[in-house]
Amino acid sequence: MPKGMFVDTSICTGCKACQVACKEWNALPHEPGHFRFDPVEKRPVAVNFTGDSYDNTGALGATDWRRVRFIEQFSEDRSRGRWLFSSDSCKHCNDAGCLNACPTGAIVRTGLGNVFIRQDVCIGCKYCIPSCPYGVISLSEATGTVHKCTLCNDRIHNGLGTACAKACPTGSISFGEVADLRSAADKRLAQLKGLGYGEANIYGYKEAGGLNVFYLFLDRPQAYGQAESVVVPQKRLPVSSSVAIAGALALGGAALVSFRERGSREENEEVKK
Amino acid sequence: MGSNMAECHPVAFRWPLKAKSEHGAVLMHVDPRFTRTSALCDIHAPIRAGTDIVFLGAIINHVIHSERWKTDPFFREYVVNYTNAATLISPDFKDTEDLDGLYSGLSPDGKAYSNATWAYQREKPPAPATKEAKTFTDLLLQRIPGRPKTDPTLRDPRTVFRILERHYSRYTPETVEQICGCPKEKFLKVAESLLNNSGRDRTSNITYAVGWTQHTVGVQIIRTAAVLQALLGNIGRPGGGVLALRGHATIQGSTDIATLYHSLPGYLNMPDARKAHESLKDFILTEAAPLSTSFWGNYPKYAVSYFKAQFGDAATRENDYGYDYHPKITGDHSHMPMFIDMAAGKIKGFLLMGQNPAVGGQNARFQRKALAKLDWMVVRDFFETETAAFWRNSPEIRSGELKASEIKTEVFFLPAAVVAEMEGTFTNTQRLIQAHDKAVDPPGDARSDSWFSFLLGKRLKELYKDSTNDRDWAIRNLLWNYEPEAAEAAEWRIKDEPSAYKLLKEINGYTWEDRKPLSSFANLKEDGSTACGAWIYTGVIPEEGKNRGKSRKGDDWISPNWGFAWPANRHIMYNRASADSSGKPWSEKKKLVYWDAAADSGTKDPAGKPVLGKWVAPSGEGIDFQPTKAPGFRGKDNGLGFDWLSGNDAFIMRSDGKAWLFAPAGLVDGPLPAHYEPYESPVKNLLYRQQSNPVAKVWKMEGNPYHKVADPSYPIVLSTYRLTEHHLTGAMSRWLPWLAELMPELFCEISPELAAERKIRNGEHVTIRTARGEVEARALVTRRMQPFLIDGKTVHEIGLPWHWGWQGTAQGDVVNNLTPLVGDPNVSIHEGKVFTCDILPGKKGGRA
Repeated sequence: MPKGMFVDTSICTGCKACQVACKEWNALPHEPGHFRFDPVEKRPVAVNFTGDSYDNTGALGATDWRRVRFIEQFSEDRSRGRWLFSSDSCKHCNDAGCLNACPTGAIVRTGLGNVFIRQDVCIGCKYCIPSCPYGVISLSEATGTVHKCTLCNDRIHNGLGTACAKACPTGSISFGEVADLRSAADKRLAQLKGLGYGEANIYGYKEAGGLNVFYLFLDRPQAYGQAESVVVPQKRLPVSSSVAIAGALALGGAALVSFRERGSREENEEVKK
Repeated sequence: MGSNMAECHPVAFRWPLKAKSEHGAVLMHVDPRFTRTSALCDIHAPIRAGTDIVFLGAIINHVIHSERWKTDPFFREYVVNYTNAATLISPDFKDTEDLDGLYSGLSPDGKAYSNATWAYQREKPPAPATKEAKTFTDLLLQRIPGRPKTDPTLRDPRTVFRILERHYSRYTPETVEQICGCPKEKFLKVAESLLNNSGRDRTSNITYAVGWTQHTVGVQIIRTAAVLQALLGNIGRPGGGVLALRGHATIQGSTDIATLYHSLPGYLNMPDARKAHESLKDFILTEAAPLSTSFWGNYPKYAVSYFKAQFGDAATRENDYGYDYHPKITGDHSHMPMFIDMAAGKIKGFLLMGQNPAVGGQNARFQRKALAKLDWMVVRDFFETETAAFWRNSPEIRSGELKASEIKTEVFFLPAAVVAEMEGTFTNTQRLIQAHDKAVDPPGDARSDSWFSFLLGKRLKELYKDSTNDRDWAIRNLLWNYEPEAAEAAEWRIKDEPSAYKLLKEINGYTWEDRKPLSSFANLKEDGSTACGAWIYTGVIPEEGKNRGKSRKGDDWISPNWGFAWPANRHIMYNRASADSSGKPWSEKKKLVYWDAAADSGTKDPAGKPVLGKWVAPSGEGIDFQPTKAPGFRGKDNGLGFDWLSGNDAFIMRSDGKAWLFAPAGLVDGPLPAHYEPYESPVKNLLYRQQSNPVAKVWKMEGNPYHKVADPSYPIVLSTYRLTEHHLTGAMSRWLPWLAELMPELFCEISPELAAERKIRNGEHVTIRTARGEVEARALVTRRMQPFLIDGKTVHEIGLPWHWGWQGTAQGDVVNNLTPLVGDPNVSIHEGKVFTCDILPGKKGGRA
């Protein structure tokens, strides 16, 4: 039975314990791009202020496998205002674009349903990067391979839950059997709708074949930077291949015609001289 | 209110969140900013920083005039029986309504109040219970005052209730809009929610933290909430109360065991050369006599047991248990005056453990320059904090104002152990003592603060062991038996850490002769037969080898077997008030402690028959009352402590057993909270002629300039606060790259309105200035900040998290360069939450 996580953003406080727990468990370094080096004190100094609410992580990356989004929605007179938080990570799609694209089979799905990159097999070809509809997977300059959330592969195969779920103080992130998580999510959605949260929705039942890490959002997925109609690139393969081939043929045909015409014009000009 | 719980107490915040998501609780956040807490609350009511008393006072006014409060018999019964609403006050008392913002009793120089006119009217003192005074307790028994006079109908204009009603009569929803800048409708929504959610079946809680304490009216803000909750019948009841969120790990423990200069452990007062404290007898009479009709009537037992714990065998009846040799304070030695003395060269040496005043101190430049006047300084911390490094790379060094070669301060930096590297206890919110285990030895030379203090004490004792000077008696005779047992030290590399168990046992208390731990402070004696470091902790070690701080069996409610809540494992103080005046629970739903008339009290009457009746608490909650005192019991007019208190005197620590709506004693700035503007404010006080707290701690001197009221050079309100990602001065967080990259740079939160006015763009640098200094920050323009309309005028407010310093991996200017030295007169806490400033686009221009 697949395991996954349910992220109930309605009780997320944006504390980022999940981000730190992930780094701690996976021994991930700080993101080098976020620091400069102070030669006098011989220390790294963080310089990554983004001005984007309280989110200075900016995007998921090779060393940032979790990232909390901060979405401020305030009317000018402040009569309506809310601040939404959402802890973003790999969604371990049932139909995973990255897994489909990987030419070496480095990206696999384990028996627990999570999508895992085998570091010793990855050749760093980067085909997986544009194949992910969520921009999750990233190349590390240091290792020459790609990285993303593993769903704490080592923990979950040893009877433990994910580090982020364990650290989350409010229970916003919960780990377990996807089927159980879905019933809990359905109950919570019904409760919120009953309390008047009309826009609340579950994201991840249908997307990319179903997401093993799925969300309860309080606004449309678009507000959280998530695609509303997710297309795993491989699903479009027949169409995009046809378009590409047809395009190539058209371009090639046009080139042939154009060169032939030019060739006969030159001949004509030569004759005229 | 006065708190950003989700950000600053994220782990504890899951409980309010659980109440909301699983039990339909309504969460309301009243705050100048819309924070991560506001995001999870049902209502956010914006108020200008420092106007909390207006808001709370207006709720009081709203409540006592509401139909519900006037007609639901619950409120009348609670207020008349459990508060001092009915007590008559001296006819000489004049309120702020009479004196335009002052109370009667202010000295001619305006520096201090005498509380003589705030006193209760009382009956004549009773005949003393004892003619001879053989003990300290006898001395107190000879001085029992007459009972306070009351009018239970609350009609007499001299009743506390009528005074209170008049006092808050001008605190209206319109006043809230005018002074706080909060829309009337929002205010009324909050007020009505509180009122409707209080009563027999429902209770409401008010939670606060430094958003309330760090003001020149900090104590009074908290008092206003206590008055409101008492009027709503929310004190002593489950789900009710006024909850102080204690911030640092074990900060509650630090005030319990007295790192405060003016306290002895257990909240006894420090012997003070300025008071009538000449002898132990004087000390007890001065401190305990005014409190003798409360549970503090046991003061002599706590005091003597404390001195016995300090000096052991050397403490005898003949030498007043060493009282004469115990240090006495001679003035205000709190943080700010201490640094002022330091700057004047009066302090030679300084020990800092886990403290970083170079960043955390008000008027930080002033404090950093003061450090240069010391002969020596010891800093114990995990990293080279700004304080430890001040002499080589502080802004004052970089600007040339101070030169390292001219600073004579010898700085010792000693590495400290972190919490997982030592055994001990935390005492946090709700007075809960939780023990924590040592997991590993600290690396290298790093040691715990206990190790340092213990070994320092040993060496000092050795140095002074042959001295015949009176003033060395205390250090020579200090009981210092904390050597670890072999078993305690066996598994560790470091063998000389003091025994955490022995330390806690001394705090808990034991009988001197056999060293057996005491299970209750009821067994403390004033004859030197018991020793006890802090009476409030008695019971955490009820028998040898058992540490209740270690227990971890929780349930869904009181959880009496999780840790130990002082006093005596009582989680909700004054829980007698969770039952009505006849001892019955107010409702089945809110049942906590109640009188069981049929239960065996455990004692027998003269005929040998069991006496029936006792208070019970099925949840296992500690009962904060005399266990067998019937609800109808009438206390003895000339009795002491429990003997004086009656069956309805739920508030056992108050000398009349009642919750104080009006405080006749104990506070230096007034018996009732009144709105005073912050010391630096852009507007005049619209309620009274008296602008700010008349007796606030103020230091008008070179190096500490203040802004005038409505100073046009500094028209913007500035508040400082904390983030989840960093901790205090960043000594524990700005050195960790994982945390540094979450919040890398100092930023200033600004409303779009102010940003447009000053041509500030999001992400760019800004400079914030006060007369004390300037800092550079990144602008975070957000609608979560808003301008306030105060009496028709726009007042802007900006915010700065104050975690940054020049050391570490996340670096930034020190926000406290901007703040002045000014504080609350009761407890000396600095006014860090509100002052005025100006803001400009652009960097400082290279100035340090």
